[in-house]
Amino acid sequence: MYNKGTIIPGLVIFVLLVTFPIWFNAFSTASTVPKIELPPGGEKECVASATEMRAKHMVLLNEWRDDVLRSGNKTAVTVGGKEYRRGLQTACMQCHTNKDKFCDSCHTYTSVNVYCWDCHLTPDVAAAKKEKH
Amino acid sequence: MKYAFSFLAVIALILIAWLGSQIPGMPYLFGVALPYLAMIIFLGGCVYKVVQWAKSPVPFPIQTTCGQGKSLDFIKHNRLEAPSTNGEVVARMFLEVVTFRSLFRNTKSEIHEGPYITYESSKWLWCFALIFHYSFFSIVVRHLRLFLDPVPAWIGWWEFVDGLFEVGAPTWYISDVGLVVGCLLLFSRRLITRHVRYISLVNDYFPLVLIFAVAVTGILMRFFLRADIDIVNIKQLTVGLVTLSPVIGAKIGAIFYIHVFLVCVLIAYFPFSKLMHFAGVFLSPTRNLRNDSRAVRHINPWNPKILPHSYAGYEDEFREFMVNADIPVEKELTPSKDE
Ligand code: HEC
Ligand code: HEC
Ligand code: HEC
Ligand code: HEM
Repeated sequence: MYNKGTIIPGLVIFVLLVTFPIWFNAFSTASTVPKIELPPGGEKECVASATEMRAKHMVLLNEWRDDVLRSGNKTAVTVGGKEYRRGLQTACMQCHTNKDKFCDSCHTYTSVNVYCWDCHLTPDVAAAKKEKH
Repeated sequence: MKYAFSFLAVIALILIAWLGSQIPGMPYLFGVALPYLAMIIFLGGCVYKVVQWAKSPVPFPIQTTCGQGKSLDFIKHNRLEAPSTNGEVVARMFLEVVTFRSLFRNTKSEIHEGPYITYESSKWLWCFALIFHYSFFSIVVRHLRLFLDPVPAWIGWWEFVDGLFEVGAPTWYISDVGLVVGCLLLFSRRLITRHVRYISLVNDYFPLVLIFAVAVTGILMRFFLRADIDIVNIKQLTVGLVTLSPVIGAKIGAIFYIHVFLVCVLIAYFPFSKLMHFAGVFLSPTRNLRNDSRAVRHINPWNPKILPHSYAGYEDEFREFMVNADIPVEKELTPSKDE
């Protein structure tokens, strides 16, 4: 083999780069798999089955946003006999009141950056604002 | 025919993964065994290829240059185009890898009436290649979020920039569009340009179609076929893969296995395909040699070892026989002492 001095370090760097996730995980403390807090209000059902929500809640939110803001379809959603106004703050966050322990426990684990909260208010912030006025 | 075959092969692969992953127990084949196998083939194959290349001697200094080589002091040396030191070679190689300068020089030649020939600059290939490769790279980096736990902050920044347009939920990424468009452009280039179509083979079309299918299944999974695509569950599998303790928890939709199976085929095929140009670019003697053939002698490594033999040495060796045969010699035989 010619040019051993560059070929071998080059190959070592290549193999280390490709297997980077193995080293990274071996030398870092794994975060615990998200343990979400179910609605503290005691509700038992979500707007759809739990499996469906886990997989599709962002699609659903997107559809609702279009429904409400573009088609003007503001029909309420009924879950477990109770009516909720179609919306992020007006439905989801009424039951899932703790964003940090619910939404974010999954999102942090999977590095999802939910920018909705740039404008929408989490229940905590909304409550704090109400007190001020 | 050549492109039809590539499409048929990819459709067959999709069907295998789709139907196969529905058989009980088979998810472990498609989600665990094949990814490991493909990764081993990829690493082993790439190392094998590079070692094989490194064993081939370079008989001549064949660097391609496109500028004034180093010469007399008053002649301006083009350091990037005709590098004469290792540092300059590294700089040239870096720009080649990062900006594809040699594709930038692509020209189109045409014969006009006369007949005379014209050359004109043609940047399409360069442009398509940039779109394609950078999108691919960005997607691979973003996929690290599935394999690293905890996810480092810089991956979040990368996702932010790539998803800057904030269209839809989950967000569309610029690189998703880039990869699909890049594949389509590179594929149409092979179909539309007549002389490129003439020299294109199945092993040019197949990787393009395969990568296109990987991208399309990924996009379908993220935006359209979300049934049973719970990323938390999938991440437990993918982190399991890299911590060597994989488990499949809840059921995962077939589109995931199709995506992963196509990726497995891609990376197992990688070392034996033209895709190896990712390593080949570093081992091209036309680019990685110094342009110093007038200052340093390039010795062909396969030359037999022939030592120089001067006339004086020749005479020393055969003087006795020469004297016997009456051939004139420059130095007479020294009479031995005991005579
Ligand atoms: C730029 C600020 C902004 C961002 C970012 C934003 N929204 Fe909104 N959103 C609004 C405004 C303003 C309304 C209209 C409220 C109204 O008319 O009652 C709204 C309304 C909605 C509604 C319907 C009604 C309601 O009150 O909830 C939904 C659903 C919604 N947004 C979801 C989302 C989701 C999901 C995200 C993140 C992916 C998001 N929004 C990000 C500003 C924003
Ligand atoms: C009526 C109260 C209620 C509303 C409104 C509601 N949820 Fe839920 N949600 C629940 C309950 C209760 C569960 C647990 C269901 C179960 O485990 O079967 C749940 C489960 C979920 C899950 C799955 C968690 C898991 O891993 O099991 C997600 C994701 C979710 N909800 C998101 C949302 C989003 C997004 C909205 C707004 C569109 C929303 N929920 C609106 C009560 C609600
Ligand atoms: C079971 C875990 C889980 C829970 C609980 C959960 N999410 Fe998510 N969410 C995810 C995952 C995983 C993604 C990313 C999906 C992807 O990348 O395909 C996501 C994505 C999103 C997105 C789209 C982000 C983007 O890409 O722009 C929004 C919006 C969102 N979630 C809102 C919520 C809200 C609001 C809640 C709380 C009511 C919530 N989620 C609770 C797992 C969860
Ligand atoms: C050559 C390598 C690969 C390419 C080009 C590729 C391409 C893509 C593309 C274009 C997407 C669309 C969404 C996005 O850009 O994030 C996607 C999504 C996805 N890919 Fe890949 N992929 C590759 C390898 C893998 C591997 C090895 C896995 C796991 C074992 C994987 C799992 C996933 C998953 C789970 C999604 C959905 C992400 C989501 O919903 O947010 N991919 N892929």
